[in-house]
Amino acid sequence: MKNLDWLSEKNTIKKLWIGFIFVLTITLVFQFFFPLDGHFKIEKYFGFAAFYGFFSCFIMIIVAKALGVLLKVKENYYD
Amino acid sequence: MINFTHPSLFLLLGIIFTFIPYFNKKVVLLSFALISFLLSLFLNYEASIDLNFLSFQLQLYRVDFISKTFVIIFTLITLIASIYAINQKSILELRSAYLYVSAAIGAVLSGDLISLFVFWELMAIGSTLVILSNSSNKLSESSGLRYLLIHLLGGVILMVGIIGYASIEKNILFSLLNLDNHFSWLILAGFLINAGAPPFAAWVADAYPEASFSGTVFLSAFTTKTSVYALIRGFAGLEILIYFGLVMIFYGIIYALLENDIRRILAYSIVNQVGFMLVGIGIGTQLSINGAITHAFAHIIYKALLLMSAGSVIYMTQKRRCTDVGGLYRTMPITTICGIIGALAISSFPLTSGFTTKSMIVSGAAYEHLFYVWILLIAASAGVFLHAGIKFPWFVFFQKDSGLRPKEPPKNMLLAMVLLSFLCVLFGIFPNLLYQLLPFDKLYIPYTSDHVIFQLQLLLFAGLAFFVMLPWLKRTLTITLDFDWFYRLGLIKLLDAVKKVIYSYDIFLSKLLSSFKTFLQNKVNVSFNTETGVGKNHWMTGNMVFALSIILLIYLLVLLF
Repeated sequence: MKNLDWLSEKNTIKKLWIGFIFVLTITLVFQFFFPLDGHFKIEKYFGFAAFYGFFSCFIMIIVAKALGVLLKVKENYYD
Repeated sequence: MINFTHPSLFLLLGIIFTFIPYFNKKVVLLSFALISFLLSLFLNYEASIDLNFLSFQLQLYRVDFISKTFVIIFTLITLIASIYAINQKSILELRSAYLYVSAAIGAVLSGDLISLFVFWELMAIGSTLVILSNSSNKLSESSGLRYLLIHLLGGVILMVGIIGYASIEKNILFSLLNLDNHFSWLILAGFLINAGAPPFAAWVADAYPEASFSGTVFLSAFTTKTSVYALIRGFAGLEILIYFGLVMIFYGIIYALLENDIRRILAYSIVNQVGFMLVGIGIGTQLSINGAITHAFAHIIYKALLLMSAGSVIYMTQKRRCTDVGGLYRTMPITTICGIIGALAISSFPLTSGFTTKSMIVSGAAYEHLFYVWILLIAASAGVFLHAGIKFPWFVFFQKDSGLRPKEPPKNMLLAMVLLSFLCVLFGIFPNLLYQLLPFDKLYIPYTSDHVIFQLQLLLFAGLAFFVMLPWLKRTLTITLDFDWFYRLGLIKLLDAVKKVIYSYDIFLSKLLSSFKTFLQNKVNVSFNTETGVGKNHWMTGNMVFALSIILLIYLLVLLF
């Protein structure tokens, strides 16, 4: 099972990031060849889904973090 | 007329056979689960089981495309979850689970409101027993009792609704309910409580993770999905369900992001996914109802798969928090791959079942030009990938090296996970296998170039947001307060305050309040001492009194109404 350790090596992680960014770019480039034809105008803008996917997650993490300040308590709170 | 093709009958027979000493109990249960699954594939549309009760006619066997689809998935998941649960030491959990599933199937096949109610209550008892049967976890007792309390409350509301509805309509047929009859709103409330809708969503994350590694798999599949079925049947097209659904979707995402307990993350994501189904039901078009049904079908499979991979980790490591695990992919590669397939399916990645089912609900909103609903559903789709699609596998199988080197779980558990992974991919590549079960003939093609590109952009950039913001998502040893605070602590604090005021006037009332407070503290929140048995003889009575007082209160309100 030790042969799976390579996945955590720095070199591999760097390669994975390069691969990931490459795939992200590909999904954007594909939009040139297959223009999106949605129900709403906003869907047709270049990279809308990419921007919206990133941006909405950004907002959700911020909101979660902010609510966490108010609502998070220690695990033994009810004991 | 007795019809012997009712699948519940065989599950109940399975339970009875486990009491016969000469049989291998687990083989018996597995065999009966297999029989009930095979039967569910051939349910007879023409057959019926009718009984007379007072002046009403009960229909215990109504088969159409909607009920058949739910029965098929219920029996299929029972079979696979039973394979997973073979090495569960206690037979009590499987017996309870079979009672629970029988009741859920009974509810789905009920053609009238009275038999629906009876099965609904049996389901609450069966599922509570599944939670309580995890005797190794002392938290399961208090959690199970809170779970029962909420479901009794929901059951009482449902009962009052059904009685009122039937007395006015002179009809107990369970079909689209007449909303002019105000009792139908009580029925709706009863259904919504079981669906995990706000403000009572907390019970899902409170109770499910306290069951055993295999018990949670059973629990995840039936209660909320029976509610989805009931809402489709009784309230399709009701606009308010869209808003309930949207709140559940974002509640699930935010709470899952804050959570540290592996299975509680997945429990919050049940609420999130049921939210999608509620939106589909609320939109109410043929496409969106089809979407809600297929999504329930697919969700039962991938959520069971996710909980099985989480259960395998807990079974092998005895750890249940994200902060205690990590780096498990090294020694549990098959569990990791199965968990990732489940995570991709819940995130609606192309080639998985989530993509071919959830898309119908999102498209349903778009086709009706519901822009704000659509744009929120798109954000939620990215959010699902964030909280369940990446967070779950990342924190459990990757992140840091926890130093743990557990082996893969036993073969039966691996087999169950591999089977479910196969189904996730199968329904992703051949969606027509699923679509042919649907009630409405609406041609839907999920694999169009723009749909696939849109989804990939959305999800992959959501993934980028996760890794960019990873330091913000660091896990902490905390829980998150929810509405259950009010009945776990708030009520006790309120009683304390009231007691102080009253004390100076009336000692008797004050004593009464103290005893009520002690009941809340001992029986609702803190578990009783199992070793000494203290409190054991009283809790049933205590709960009954509590439930009865609620019944009377609501009854009074209804009369005054």
